[in-house]
Amino acid sequence: MKPDLFEAPDYYQLDDLLSEEHKLVRDAARSWVKKDISPIIEDYAQKAEFPNQIINGLAEIGAFGPYIPEKYGGAGLDQISYGLIMQEIERGDSGVRSTASVQSSLVMYPIYKYGTEEQRKKYLPKLASGAFMGCFGLTEPNHGSNPGGMETKFKDMGDYYLLNGAKMWISNAPFADIAVVWAKNEEGRIYGLLVERGMEGFSTPETHNKWSLRASATGELIFDNVKVPKENLLPNKSGLGAPLGCLDSARFGIAWGAIGAAMDCYDTALRYSKERIQFDKPIGATQLQQKKLAEMITEITKAQLLAWRLGVLRNEGKATTAQISMAKRNNVEMAINIAREARQMLGGMGITGEYSIMRHMMNLESVITYEGTHDIHLLITGADITGLPAFK
Amino acid sequence: MKILVCISHVPDTTSKINFTDGDTKFDTNGVQFVINPNDEFGLTRAMWFKEKQGASVTIVNVGGPETEPTLRKALAIGADEAIRINATPTDGFFVAKELAKVVSEGNYDLVIAGRESIDYNGGMVPGMLATFTDANFVNMCIGLEIEGTSATAIREIDGGKETISTNLPLVVGCQKGIVEEKDLRIPNMRGIMMARKKQLTVLEPSTSESHTKIASFEKPAAKGAVKLVDKDNLDELISLLHNEAKVI
Ligand SMILES: Cc1cc2nc3c(=O)[nH]c(=O)nc-3n(C[C@H](O)[C@H](O)[C@H](O)COP(=O)(O)OP(=O)(O)OC[C@H]3O[C@@H](n4cnc5c(N)ncnc54)[C@H](O)[C@@H]3O)c2cc1C
Ligand SMILES: Cc1cc2nc3c(=O)[nH]c(=O)nc-3n(C[C@H](O)[C@H](O)[C@H](O)COP(=O)(O)OP(=O)(O)OC[C@H]3O[C@@H](n4cnc5c(N)ncnc54)[C@H](O)[C@@H]3O)c2cc1C
Repeated sequence: MKPDLFEAPDYYQLDDLLSEEHKLVRDAARSWVKKDISPIIEDYAQKAEFPNQIINGLAEIGAFGPYIPEKYGGAGLDQISYGLIMQEIERGDSGVRSTASVQSSLVMYPIYKYGTEEQRKKYLPKLASGAFMGCFGLTEPNHGSNPGGMETKFKDMGDYYLLNGAKMWISNAPFADIAVVWAKNEEGRIYGLLVERGMEGFSTPETHNKWSLRASATGELIFDNVKVPKENLLPNKSGLGAPLGCLDSARFGIAWGAIGAAMDCYDTALRYSKERIQFDKPIGATQLQQKKLAEMITEITKAQLLAWRLGVLRNEGKATTAQISMAKRNNVEMAINIAREARQMLGGMGITGEYSIMRHMMNLESVITYEGTHDIHLLITGADITGLPAFK
Repeated sequence: MKILVCISHVPDTTSKINFTDGDTKFDTNGVQFVINPNDEFGLTRAMWFKEKQGASVTIVNVGGPETEPTLRKALAIGADEAIRINATPTDGFFVAKELAKVVSEGNYDLVIAGRESIDYNGGMVPGMLATFTDANFVNMCIGLEIEGTSATAIREIDGGKETISTNLPLVVGCQKGIVEEKDLRIPNMRGIMMARKKQLTVLEPSTSESHTKIASFEKPAAKGAVKLVDKDNLDELISLLHNEAKVI
């Protein structure tokens, strides 16, 4: 793996829109990624293994629930800080960012928003420090884009709930200490349950042979008559809106994260194009390669503005689900297109693990699929502007 | 032990350098600023004294409000408090005079500065500061131990090292070696959160004395074209070195 020479592009001086603290938080995450992620990540991706040793570092830079209040172990930061941390981590690798997104938005967020005070105190500080890792079980073998049709269910047995069903494609599942599991009660209403590793009948087999997010562990959650204590139900919100609220938070982070992957591909291709000589001149001196680079920086700049504005709206509590969909969809597509173009600009070198581009390119195939597919986000925008939902 | 670390706020090493105002001013447009690397090595050593020997660490900068993010970062790394002398650092003498006042009023035992700043590379401030405060001085410091009021410092000298015993109060001009790159700290989230609450005192300058003025800056000549000489053609190489490059 080449030394990480990354220099972040900021074509429109968008740094001026950030506070001193935003930049401090971002630069700390950036330095940490250079020091602890870049040197090892290619190796772990090749081995298809999650690098456990980075959990502590992720916690230290505030990647786990930075917007959770300090009294629960978070950092009490705003949404833009969260976005910037996700951007920097995904600049290193989308798989590592996935681990942080899940922990922050899909595990800590529902416990904080929908949980009891006891649940918050019991779990949040440990999740913030990385002592506990979590996962989020929504997708099922028969229900991906349509989670409302889920089959996983629980029954009130008087002094506990009996949980049965299966979840699939669950990030962090193989090593998670707790799972936030979405299941229907006997009336068909969706609730979140906190299922802990070690509960009888609960297993988490790993999903192998992924061509994408190889440094992130993915697995299934299987519930075979699991007795879940009653105090493990998240009581303060139910219905499909509860998991969707978590997805809003995670998708917001992904809209920023994708910019990180795109920046890394652009920066690598730009540097390479100035160094690689063909026909006696740098390939960067040819119009075709300049068109690619110019379009990349234009798209990155637009995506940065979209993410920043969405961050302001979220800080003000005004961002809608449809606005978040637009940013997730636009920015991930922008990143995957840049990764594909950058890959070609490196010629054969772009195929090897010497450079990060092909890893980003393959990772982004998951990112464009999870947290709502590219199609589904388009349909959300369509439904929002016409008032006529096309997916139901 | 009370430690004062002098922090100079300098352009990142990857910045593109340009000048304005008839080549008399550095063009800061689009430039990212960082803690002067020599000062960061010093700050990291100061953190060690704080953690192992209970020292207190104050940081100081002579500069405008634009240097505060750099100070805030040093606080996030772990310094206890910061002082900013609100003035444009017009020359080394002026900076050293202002710093001397802070040192005297704060009764610092140990002052850690960088050997030189990586922007103007004057290398004057620490020596002048030691003189103004009547303190001992070790420059090019690559190792420092303190016990009570005695200090052992290692200095880099041409082709070797020199170990010096001296006493506090002491000013050191330090460089890489006092700690290594791998020892440098990235501010963690706790540090950043704590830095919000730490004191950053802004003081007005007490003098306006400076003795030098920049007449103009000049960039090194751009690299010329390269001539490749075949490895079998030594005569041509020698003739080019002699007649064209005029170096032999
Ligand atoms: C690496 C990885 C990690 C993941 N991590 C998690 C996790 O941690 N937790 C979790 O719960 N899930 C996770 N997922 C699951 C992910 O969210 C789902 O894969 C995703 O929602 C799509 O569901 P599906 O795979 O069942 O595809 P399907 O829903 O079957 O979609 C197949 C195709 O049909 C299209 N489609 C579906 N419905 C419509 C429609 N109405 N109109 C037009 N087109 C339609 C889709 O856009 C897609 O192209 C992960 C997935 C991956 C790959
Ligand atoms: C905005 C700006 C405008 C300037 N304008 C002029 C000008 O008009 N004319 C001119 O001659 N020079 C100007 N300078 C340069 C200025 O003289 C030097 O930056 C300053 O005097 C330090 O001198 P030096 O580079 O010789 O530092 P050195 O002696 O090389 O620095 C050694 C160490 O001293 C300490 N130190 C140095 N500077 C500071 C500081 N400001 N605060 C705290 N500690 C410090 C640090 O620990 C540093 O590692 C300007 C600098 C700035 C940032």
